[in-house]
Amino acid sequence: MDALSLLSFAAFFLTFASFFSLTCLGLNMQWGFTGLFNVGVVGFFAVGAYTSAILTGPAYPDTLFGGFGLPVPIGYLGAIVTSAIAAFVVGFVTLRLREDFLAISTFGIAVTIQLLALNLQSVTRGPNGLYSLPKPLSGLSESNLVDNLLYLGICVLCIGAVYWAFEQMVRSPWGRVLRAIREDEQAAAALGKNVFAYRLQAFVVGCAVMGLAGALYANFVGFISPQDFLPIVTFQVYVMLIVGGSGNNLGAILGGVVVWALWSGSGAVIAAVLPPDFQTQAAAVRIVLIGLVLALMLLYRPAGILRERHIVSREARMSPQSRPTR
Amino acid sequence: MQFVADGIVFAAIISLGAIGLSMIYNILRFANFAQGEIVATGAYFSLGFVALFGAGIGSIGPLAFGWPLLVSIGFAMVATSLMVLIVDWLLFRQLRDKSASRITLIMAAFGVSLMGRNLITLIAGGDPINFSFFIPRAVEILPSVRVVPDDIAIVVLAGLSVLALHLYLTRTTMGRWMRATAENPTLARVNGIDTRAVIRWTWIVGASLATLAGALQGHIVELRPEMGFSLLLPMFAALIIGGVGNIYGTLLGALFIGLSQSFAVAIGLSAYREAVSFMLMLAILLVRPQGLLGGRD
Repeated sequence: MDALSLLSFAAFFLTFASFFSLTCLGLNMQWGFTGLFNVGVVGFFAVGAYTSAILTGPAYPDTLFGGFGLPVPIGYLGAIVTSAIAAFVVGFVTLRLREDFLAISTFGIAVTIQLLALNLQSVTRGPNGLYSLPKPLSGLSESNLVDNLLYLGICVLCIGAVYWAFEQMVRSPWGRVLRAIREDEQAAAALGKNVFAYRLQAFVVGCAVMGLAGALYANFVGFISPQDFLPIVTFQVYVMLIVGGSGNNLGAILGGVVVWALWSGSGAVIAAVLPPDFQTQAAAVRIVLIGLVLALMLLYRPAGILRERHIVSREARMSPQSRPTR
Repeated sequence: MQFVADGIVFAAIISLGAIGLSMIYNILRFANFAQGEIVATGAYFSLGFVALFGAGIGSIGPLAFGWPLLVSIGFAMVATSLMVLIVDWLLFRQLRDKSASRITLIMAAFGVSLMGRNLITLIAGGDPINFSFFIPRAVEILPSVRVVPDDIAIVVLAGLSVLALHLYLTRTTMGRWMRATAENPTLARVNGIDTRAVIRWTWIVGASLATLAGALQGHIVELRPEMGFSLLLPMFAALIIGGVGNIYGTLLGALFIGLSQSFAVAIGLSAYREAVSFMLMLAILLVRPQGLLGGRD
């Protein structure tokens, strides 16, 4: 493999990993910091993807709604807005409930969104999917490689911005309340914190980021269909977050890249080993492997590669000498 | 009224599957996302034993299945229970010993669900399979209500199983232990109840009923690796609608879900029937979070 195709492969790989890293960051806000078990990750990712596809895509002969052909950044913004709205509605209904009810409800949301994507033919074209979605900045150069590098740049910028914002948020008093709710919901409530409101905020912020990731995915690949949004995606993102280290934003980004590397690497190996007739089996082996990774992580290293840093307030961080003596 | 008949048949299958969900929820206190795969595993084990015995699935009178299938289901119950106990021993028991949170258990179950589904695909292939090809001959039981004799048999089998479960929970020592452990695990342990045995038998009873659910569903529809996973949402809905922690509530919830899904099909919403049971569940959670019959936290 020459250097150029290696670079092209790396750009492609990292771009895909960045969709996952970004989703992982969103989930980290919910699961890592607030302890919300959202089993509907792929649903919010799909809402973002479809929103951007409808806003930026061309007009199709067989849809009644969509094909607005708007600039891609508007697609991204729209994805953030619609997934945040969806999250607000879902969260408002489910976040008062106990944690396992939330898990069941968000699982149901993802199934419902999948059913809508599949059956709302006049908007989503059902199983045929939406195609020819525009890619931003692709007019700047003839080369595919430059195209992909530019898109990778956009993704890295998005991840950087979200990372920076999330770090500010979780270090703020607001972030401390989230962790307090995660550790002991009743204690947080007893301190006068509106647990429901904080949870809803964390849920909406996390889902908005997932929606953005979905939009970035849709406009990069250029084609989306309900097959892209199966429950396996939710599972992959959880494995990424747990491997990377939940409660650690850098860990979330790292987990996305590491697990995506394992996933695509194992896919390549299995495809090379198994004859082409066994592609169904190959996909199954891969999923069983990733399930094993999760089970082993849960059993032997639940904190992940990068552990959560203990962030305490300035006052508490003072060295013992400088602490006022009684 | 055709949809009522269809709904009751679906409810029978849902309730057999959801009982295991409800029992694990009561005893181990987590939502077992892998319950669908227990159903599917049971169905595929039944298929395996039918193939092993080589006697087809038989027939009794107007029914398109007979003793060969029932005996195979019996063997499949044992095999599925063993499988479930192995998974519990390898994963869930260890997480319990590390006093992992409820959410960790749910996540582990989510992983088991995915692995189970794909192991089935790996071994049996991803295409739908049937026990046998029978052409259902519907009979008219009421004016303009037609049912296949096998459907009636399914409802009867489910009813007998539920009755047996009721007697088991109220008349046997292990059943009483289960109810005591569900009520208060610490107090149960202090009173000398072997909670490990209770957990073991909870898995076995749940897996056996799930096997029956899977085999019956496989008989009247088909076997697919995702067959259990697509029952998961209706089963959860039955659990929550009936009231978590109340097995009789789960049965009522299953009836509710069965009827509403077949009603959805009857009014032309068949593509959205899973979403219908989910929306009902959300509505119940909003209005009456303790469920129809009321549960325990």
